[in-house]
Amino acid sequence: MTRAAVVMGGSAGSLGVFDAVLGALPEDYALLLVLHLPADDAGSFALHLAQVSRLPVVEPCDKQRIEGRHVYTAPANYHMLVERGGHVALSVDERVNWSRPSIDVLFESAAGAWGRELVAVILSGANADGAMGLLAVKAAGGHTLAQDPAGAASPLMPLAAIKVGAVDEILSPEGIALRLIELANG
Amino acid sequence: MNPSELERLEIDLLLETVFRRYGYDFRGYARASIDRRVRQLLSSSGCTTVAELIPKVLNDAEFFSRLVRNFSIPVTEMFRDPAVYRAVREKVVPLLRTWPHFKIWHAGCATGEEVYSLAMLLKEEGLYERATIYATDFNEEALDLAREGIYPIEKIKAATRNYQLAGGKGSLSDYYHAAYDAARMDPALRERVVFSVHNLATDSVFGEIHLVLCRNVLIYFGRELQNRALWLLTESLVHGGYLCLGTKENLQFTEVHAHFSTLDHAARLYKKQVPP
Repeated sequence: MTRAAVVMGGSAGSLGVFDAVLGALPEDYALLLVLHLPADDAGSFALHLAQVSRLPVVEPCDKQRIEGRHVYTAPANYHMLVERGGHVALSVDERVNWSRPSIDVLFESAAGAWGRELVAVILSGANADGAMGLLAVKAAGGHTLAQDPAGAASPLMPLAAIKVGAVDEILSPEGIALRLIELANG
Repeated sequence: MNPSELERLEIDLLLETVFRRYGYDFRGYARASIDRRVRQLLSSSGCTTVAELIPKVLNDAEFFSRLVRNFSIPVTEMFRDPAVYRAVREKVVPLLRTWPHFKIWHAGCATGEEVYSLAMLLKEEGLYERATIYATDFNEEALDLAREGIYPIEKIKAATRNYQLAGGKGSLSDYYHAAYDAARMDPALRERVVFSVHNLATDSVFGEIHLVLCRNVLIYFGRELQNRALWLLTESLVHGGYLCLGTKENLQFTEVHAHFSTLDHAARLYKKQVPP
């Protein structure tokens, strides 16, 4: 099976994990990422990742087309969603899990757009955002990974996802990178 | 048909029902957000499938109102994106000054915070008396709140910070009266504001506008509807008039692109021109 896209979400303590995973790729995936950020952040996550990734990193505008071998980071103070047909939709709807961007919002919409072709990854963080989204990905036939809470700076987020039964595999940051490479190659 | 395709069909039928029964057209909206809102409505409705919502909407006007509220959650704040207001002050105000009278259209004003923000800016620039501001939204409940201009006091702290970052020349407290847990905006700020119901998805052009603000409204529209609304805004503007969009919206790749030059990319400020 080919996996077209990867969605990843993280909060407190996840930046280094994003670095480790992004640094290990390029594969053909489109990668869409949410990191919880202060509302007035001006694109610092994208700027940071551009230093560690060999892939182009984009903070997308609304309706931007999603391409493989590109990384898309949710802009601060917007939810980032995926439309069927493969473009980004942004929204300023109310916060979800006290977060905008919210990981659940990205994951749920990506599950609808990509179904079985999607891999979703939940990383370190100090709230439960992403758990319901990961469950939606799994229900739609996608593959789900969680950072091992034992090694996470803030274990709450992966734990919440594991608790609701949303996680297929629990892995270290290096393990996540290796698994994504394997999944990309069928 | 798999469950996800079935849900998609049920949502199509729900939107069709809403349009044909009540005239509100959400059929061309960006679908991912609509799907999310329908699921939210579903989980609070006691129904188990979207299809069960259809007879409720057909027969129960109160449930329909709930749906509209759910589909148009107004999220805005005073001087949202302060840098945009600074750009309006620095780049648009000098040109507004050249007109003896000018009209501003705030399309999709929601609960009005940004209308009051603009009114303050114009007051401070000595231009308010020359302006007529049309503040429109399709959500009548939001518009009622905009007309009242009473906002929760806990929002004032962020608003004060935004006001300063936006280049405010006085103090935000000059413009509201605090009473209990609310901030009541100075009624003088709405003397030249006309609040009215207008739906960008179904209604028509406003005339001879000098500045259109339509921020974070078009992101909820699908491409086709977005182009329709952009033509409507474009045709409403005078030549040399200004359009201001949300900071993550983009005129590039839209049908009206050739009708505008970019005045300030970061602030999404565009000037209407004759296409080359």
